[in-house]
Amino acid sequence: MNDEILCRCEEITEGQIREAIRQGATTVNEIKRWTRSGMGLCQGRTCRRLMERILSEEMGIPLKEITPATFRQPVRPIRMGIFSEIEDRDE
Amino acid sequence: MNSFPIVVIGAGPAGLSAAIEAAKAGAKVLVIDENLKPGGQLFKQIHKFFGSRVHKAGVRGMDIGRQLLEETKNLGIEVWLDTEVCGIDQTKNIWAIRNKDTSVNIRAEKVIVASGATENAVRFPGWTLPGVMGAGAAQTMINTNHVLPGKKILMVGSGNVGVIVSYQLLQAGAEVVGIIEAAPQLGGYGVHTAKVRRAGVPFYTAHTIKRAMGDHCVAGAEIVGLDAGWNPIPGTEKVLKIDTICLATGLTPLTELAWIAGCEFTYIPELGGHVPIHDLHMESTVKGIYIAGDISGVEEASTAMEEGRLAGISAAADLGCYTAEEKRKRTLEIWDHLNALRCGQFGQKRRDAKDRILAVGKEMISWAVHV
Repeated sequence: MNDEILCRCEEITEGQIREAIRQGATTVNEIKRWTRSGMGLCQGRTCRRLMERILSEEMGIPLKEITPATFRQPVRPIRMGIFSEIEDRDE
Repeated sequence: MNSFPIVVIGAGPAGLSAAIEAAKAGAKVLVIDENLKPGGQLFKQIHKFFGSRVHKAGVRGMDIGRQLLEETKNLGIEVWLDTEVCGIDQTKNIWAIRNKDTSVNIRAEKVIVASGATENAVRFPGWTLPGVMGAGAAQTMINTNHVLPGKKILMVGSGNVGVIVSYQLLQAGAEVVGIIEAAPQLGGYGVHTAKVRRAGVPFYTAHTIKRAMGDHCVAGAEIVGLDAGWNPIPGTEKVLKIDTICLATGLTPLTELAWIAGCEFTYIPELGGHVPIHDLHMESTVKGIYIAGDISGVEEASTAMEEGRLAGISAAADLGCYTAEEKRKRTLEIWDHLNALRCGQFGQKRRDAKDRILAVGKEMISWAVHV
């Protein structure tokens, strides 16, 4: 199971995530920064809950105490070129 | 800069119901949806709904969708499709991308977030093979796009989504080889479950999927029995010859926008995990931002529509479009409907969970007027 892909967008395996936790990652945000799991095109829509579950298993803490990852704008994948076309956003 | 008194994000049952109630009172409403067609998941709901007549029981989801679109049109509600909301802040500035290429800003006085939910994945060896998909995705394929995802299906999960989609896959011409359920008892309404059982589909309770088999796509699945402690029982493995695995393993509320808008959350596992705290009017902890439908806890289209109405009436009343007395009267009526929907073997659990959100909301939302 350890070389099974968990984050499909960034192709991160379950083993890599468990290893990050064993090396000291304690939150979903830390796993993201460490491995890039959850930072791909879908922004963690599929793997975020799976990461929370693994974190809960590895650290022996209940799911309700797992802090969800931070969300930021843009919450959807958009074309980079759009940024160059934005004019006077505060008009 | 576009400016609207009320902006509704999501044109599903909750969002459209909210927009309709607000527009009925004369409020100018904009509805935004990322899809090319409005209606959310209603147009793939080809089955009849439950409840009483006031809840449109006996009416098919797709027909409810048509009724909502008709009302939306008659009330002159503006609907922007193919528009993805990418951001929102506490002052209710919304940033969206229209038609994948144009950035727009919208200033709103009230925002109703009805963004829905997304399907949960489960992990097992082989879960990324082509042929493993959400049950809701399979339902979209057969009922919206008229494409059969496979010929021999294994359904994982016996809740309403699992049994309803199984039946519709049978209707579409697929064979459902089995429905597995990790719990010792089945999870769906009796009516839907019995229809699938009468069609001869085997149910495996206290079973889970051990692995998906196949090199390049799903060619089979190994399932295994579970003991009372949810541990696999060695020797109970069984291989099913299938080409598609549908996951009906629950939904998670789509809450990104509520998080970045600064809403406070509470964790309610029965409703899908973290959900924004709200009051009786569906107002979140950020004044003027309301939530309705699956984002406030995963339920059904019938409850989503009622929550949408609550949010729509409250947002319109706060803008002076309904009197305080009208708001109070309608709010109480809708709560009667919601309580009627949230009763019985399945509903009571949801009602208790909802009460927990409201209890937190009562403490945290100081301006809330309790009816």
